Amino acid sequence: MENEVEISVSDLSFYYGKTKALKNISMDIYRNRVTAIIGPSGCGKSTFIRLFNRMNDLVPGTRAEGRINIGGLDILGTGVDVVELRRRVGMVFQKPNPFPKSIFRNVSYGLEVKNVKDKIYIEEMVEEALKNAALYEEIKDRLNDSALMLSGGQQQRLCIARCLAVKPEVILFDEPCASLDPVSTKKIEDLITELKKDYTIVIVTHNMQQAARVSDYTAFLYFGELVEYGISEKLFTVPADSRTEEYLSGKFG
Amino acid sequence: MKQKIKEEIYRCIFAVLAFSSLVFLVGITLTLLTQGLPLFREVSFMNFLAGTDWYPTYDPPDFGALPLIASSAFVTLGAMFVCVPLGIGSALYMNEIAGYRQKSFLKPLVEILAGIPSVIYGFFGMVAVAPLIQRIFNLPTGLTALTGSLVLGIMATPTVASLAEDALSFVPNSFREASLAVGANRWQTLVKVVMPSAGSGISTAVILGISRAIGETMTVLMVTGGSAVIPRSFFQPVRPMTSTIASEMGEAVFGQLHYNSLFALGLVLFFTTLFFNIIAEYISSRYRLKLGMGR
Amino acid sequence: MKNSNISQKAGFFILFLCMFITLFFLGVLLYFIISKGINAISWEFLTSAPSGGMTEGGVAPAIVGTIYLTFGAIVFSLPLGLACAIYLTEYTPDNLVTNILRISINNLAGVPSVVFGLFGLAVFVKYLGFGVSILSGSLTLGILILPGIISASREALTSIPQSFREASLALGATRWQTIRKIVLPASLPGILTGVILSIGRAAGETAPILFTAAVFYMKGYPNSVFSEAMALPYHIYGLMMEGTFPEKQSQIAYGCALILLLMVLLISAIAIYFRQRQRRIYNGK
Repeated sequence: MENEVEISVSDLSFYYGKTKALKNISMDIYRNRVTAIIGPSGCGKSTFIRLFNRMNDLVPGTRAEGRINIGGLDILGTGVDVVELRRRVGMVFQKPNPFPKSIFRNVSYGLEVKNVKDKIYIEEMVEEALKNAALYEEIKDRLNDSALMLSGGQQQRLCIARCLAVKPEVILFDEPCASLDPVSTKKIEDLITELKKDYTIVIVTHNMQQAARVSDYTAFLYFGELVEYGISEKLFTVPADSRTEEYLSGKFG
Repeated sequence: MKQKIKEEIYRCIFAVLAFSSLVFLVGITLTLLTQGLPLFREVSFMNFLAGTDWYPTYDPPDFGALPLIASSAFVTLGAMFVCVPLGIGSALYMNEIAGYRQKSFLKPLVEILAGIPSVIYGFFGMVAVAPLIQRIFNLPTGLTALTGSLVLGIMATPTVASLAEDALSFVPNSFREASLAVGANRWQTLVKVVMPSAGSGISTAVILGISRAIGETMTVLMVTGGSAVIPRSFFQPVRPMTSTIASEMGEAVFGQLHYNSLFALGLVLFFTTLFFNIIAEYISSRYRLKLGMGR
Repeated sequence: MKNSNISQKAGFFILFLCMFITLFFLGVLLYFIISKGINAISWEFLTSAPSGGMTEGGVAPAIVGTIYLTFGAIVFSLPLGLACAIYLTEYTPDNLVTNILRISINNLAGVPSVVFGLFGLAVFVKYLGFGVSILSGSLTLGILILPGIISASREALTSIPQSFREASLALGATRWQTIRKIVLPASLPGILTGVILSIGRAAGETAPILFTAAVFYMKGYPNSVFSEAMALPYHIYGLMMEGTFPEKQSQIAYGCALILLLMVLLISAIAIYFRQRQRRIYNGK
């Protein structure tokens, strides 16, 4: 399968006040591929992907320079409709964060805020999203129960379903397994592999094995700098940069 | 696009409404100034603050507010002797000695008591405290500065206790553990570690207590007797500023000097409490920085 | 070692004494008012108007007046206070504007209640021409409880985890949708607690309605927002300070004090119960 560019990052820098947290990053992220961002904690991984759906807008005193092109639109430009952007670029967070509402209302939320009124359509979409998130069979009889009753792993898959229901093009995973047990982690990883047929996936992880297992491409960030980016298999076996090699061999991080 | 405009409208509505408290604060200041300052066309500012005769309805009237200001200060000071030790002592007891169960019962109780309306304290002062004071000290009347101080003090105690307890609960447990770990007992830890680190928080509580006591109206109106003379002892009736405003506004005629003079008293009250509140604010913001917290 | 143990015992005893004296005073107050007030209270006392030159009959108009005034105050200050809290927590980062607003809220909270009364008199009664009325009194009380409502609402809103907001925004919700559908429903119990506490405060305040709303006696019940009203706290004051038959009237005053006390205690107990429960939920216990 040919590689098509979905997200094109060029000369991207990001500042917290005067601190430069991301330094002139340029890279292309490909459609229907899983791209992993790895690096030691505090290297700017999360900051980086939170730019793709402009979540950093919420943090006062921050500023981005450069360009991120998604589907032909420079999303950092002024006048970009961030609401529209966030419908195209979904996000799953580190800690499962279901709303204190029913399972059904959690998944339908994205449609609700889009002012979709068609009840039958919403029900179909919710069911489809739950099936695609491999959660439907477990909870189909208790769609009206509170989402907070689910286990951590189920909650995270619910958050994925919630994201899928909006039908985004890109899904950002910000350390989705950080607070899960190994069994739940395995389920999420399988799910990610499944989802890449239909979506472009970017996943931030500090777990190198996880990156090696799920991703097609891997980028190594170190103190805000993109050190190395390439096909995962290659990066993990024959890294080009000595810093990548040191990181992979556990010298730091 | 339509949604964006809608969003912007909501933001603007909230922004405008958010300024209401600022508007009211400024409004109160302006009202007091416009209604109070006309007094000083007739009476000099010094004669108002330092004059010793308050006969607003005489002909010619006297607007010397010193007896009222002194009464306020007197009663407030007396109340402090009651509410500061009791309030801080109670707060220390709740925070440092009472166990978790005892505290989760005491704190809500104290908060509920802090919410009892002042008119009820005033009523209680009239029917219970005043007769007692009269009998014990063999006075012509039980409605004295002492009665006012006592009742006001009892009334302010839960407030001071509750605020001071909040300040104490901000002291990180690691401070206490560190002290206990080097062999200090709980009392030493309390005196040498907890109290100093909560010191400015506790003083904020005390200052806010003072500010509330100065501004308290119904209690002093009902129990201090109401004679406008400079107090010489705790056993005589006095007339604080608040009760003067409350009791005389009914007979003051709109737009006349007496009416203006009561607003001028309001002005004095307002700026006095504002002064204390700003000090409390200043201390507490520094306190929070010291303990490494944001606002 | 021994000395320090003795000082610890003595110190702890003094603190215990402080706590005890505080509760003792308040216990005496409660006992006094409850034991004497209970005799005055009857069905007739609660449901009929005063009669016999304020020496007989009940206090129903005062109860009704207090309810009107309190309700009016909440209707005025809840939307205002909530909007202010939403603006401060949801729309603005920490900056100069929020600091100014925060300071003005804190200082408004510290203004003496009688000064609110002066403001209400000058602005609502005289300048805007509402006269001595439920409207003037409610507005004055409303401003008085505004800072409390703002602080309680802010506390409730900031206790909502940021992750809820992020999740909602990341799904393409607008900020207002996030507030309306996620933040407000989750913070409702906390906001309610603040409102209930403010109801208790407004119901018991006397000084602000002294010149703006309250009368000692009126015929019948208020029939519009421009009517004057009797009010429980003012009634107690009136009976004690302006009464002409102290013997009979102090008995009525005991009854009034008990009703007001029970109202306020009940209201704040409900609020504090709510809050304790809410805290337990968020602490995950």
